[in-house]
Amino acid sequence: MTRYYTEDHEWIEVEGDTAIVGITEYAQSQLGDIVFAEVPVAGSSLKKGGDAAVVESVKAASDVYAPVSGTVLEGNDSLGDDPSLVNSDPEGEGWFFKLTLTDSGELDSLMDHAAYKAFVDGL
Amino acid sequence: MIFADRRMLLRLLYGKMMSDDEEFEHPELPAEELPLGDWHRSKGARMVEFAGYHMPIQYEGIMAEHAWTRENAGLFDVSHMGQLILSGDGAAEALEKIVPGDISALKEGRMRYSLLLAEDGGILDDLMITAAPMGLYLVVNGAVKWDDISYLRDQLPDDITINHMDDRALIALQGPKAVDALKRVVPGVEALYFMEADTFLWGLEPLWISRSGYTGEDGFEISILAEHVAAFADALCAQPEVKPIGLGARDSLRLEAGLPLYGHDLNESTDPVEGNASFAISKRRRAEGGFCGAERIMKALTDGPTRKLVGFAIEGKMPVREGAPIFVGETQVGVMTSGGFAPTVNAPIAMGYVAMEYAAHGTKLEAEVRGRRIPVTISAMPFVPHQYHRRGKAI
Repeated sequence: MTRYYTEDHEWIEVEGDTAIVGITEYAQSQLGDIVFAEVPVAGSSLKKGGDAAVVESVKAASDVYAPVSGTVLEGNDSLGDDPSLVNSDPEGEGWFFKLTLTDSGELDSLMDHAAYKAFVDGL
Repeated sequence: MIFADRRMLLRLLYGKMMSDDEEFEHPELPAEELPLGDWHRSKGARMVEFAGYHMPIQYEGIMAEHAWTRENAGLFDVSHMGQLILSGDGAAEALEKIVPGDISALKEGRMRYSLLLAEDGGILDDLMITAAPMGLYLVVNGAVKWDDISYLRDQLPDDITINHMDDRALIALQGPKAVDALKRVVPGVEALYFMEADTFLWGLEPLWISRSGYTGEDGFEISILAEHVAAFADALCAQPEVKPIGLGARDSLRLEAGLPLYGHDLNESTDPVEGNASFAISKRRRAEGGFCGAERIMKALTDGPTRKLVGFAIEGKMPVREGAPIFVGETQVGVMTSGGFAPTVNAPIAMGYVAMEYAAHGTKLEAEVRGRRIPVTISAMPFVPHQYHRRGKAI
């Protein structure tokens, strides 16, 4: 399993040709209290960099982008009942969706953990 | 009166710089520091730019700060707002030309919510007006204070002096335990009732304190010289009931209290009647008129407005925010002007304008968010009951 990161503060954990996507600890800390999350339905087709999900804090709505292209296998229904999972465990229980990758070559443009940490430290 | 202020000077040179939104958009002017800027940072605040200043959006989190204020006492920095003193003979009568309240009848130490009216009756700002010993004390919104000052100067006779007290900070202490905390620091404040104000001493330092605020809770607003405000904020936060609260919770608290936010729920194109602020037009003024836009406003009072600012309960959990259009079938009948998750209600709520025929409580409409229709129901405001310490009310 390998975890990659985007400059938009999504993480994607890849195993074979499937992956789990969520937002990073840094992203949740910037958003503050999450009150609503909308995840994509199974079967939706996502394009790298396109809108994939929505996360709403008390103050504002933010888009979650697809780190890579793919077809959604499952959205995290737990976020409907308890969107605060995104705050309490953003890189675990607070995941947004699972997908099958269209082109694993798209992962090459993403950051690994060390690169993402350096990116966040520079913000 | 000369405004020896860099921003005022630039404003005169470059024209209007403040949008009527609460954002400060002029790229040439960096946000400025308020007297408590470093104090907020030392308390762990996340700072944002708001109304031209660096201000705290949150400390530990909006939900927790909101709940703390509803149950205890929250300290808010509202030093970005403009504190003005109008003085000179006939100041109240002169001001009545541009506000619809009965200002000349205000007794010393009493205050009133009012509206600064454009010549066509549109709302340039909402404000608090207090009859103070030194003159009429006005508190106006930060984002439009420079426009307000210019307008007041244009509209008021030259012998009325406008003193912008930019050497003073303004803080609000809000919540059911605000009185317990503040009376330990400033004994005597407990004698004030809602919408009353007086001078108090903190050590040798005079404070101008009113029992008022914008959260729907009991509470106080305290004007203090900028150089003393950090020490005073420390003295308040040393009380077990008090925590500092950011702008985020200030917005969710005022929305639950059904209080309009200027630049969002009220603006130059809204008049007081459709803006649900007819209460600010005093009885005598309705009878006599004589204020900006009186013709339009009296007509709206008599005939009823064509649209109205109302509250909305939102079905489901998805927030419906400012700008969301409101529909009946395919016909747009209104637009949301404020909206978000309401922590005390524990559901999304909103405020917006709808055509009068749909403005009755209980009317079911639809709002559109990201292409989806969300059922909404017109709801009485406030969403959370006001807890003001009114005179004549049993304690």
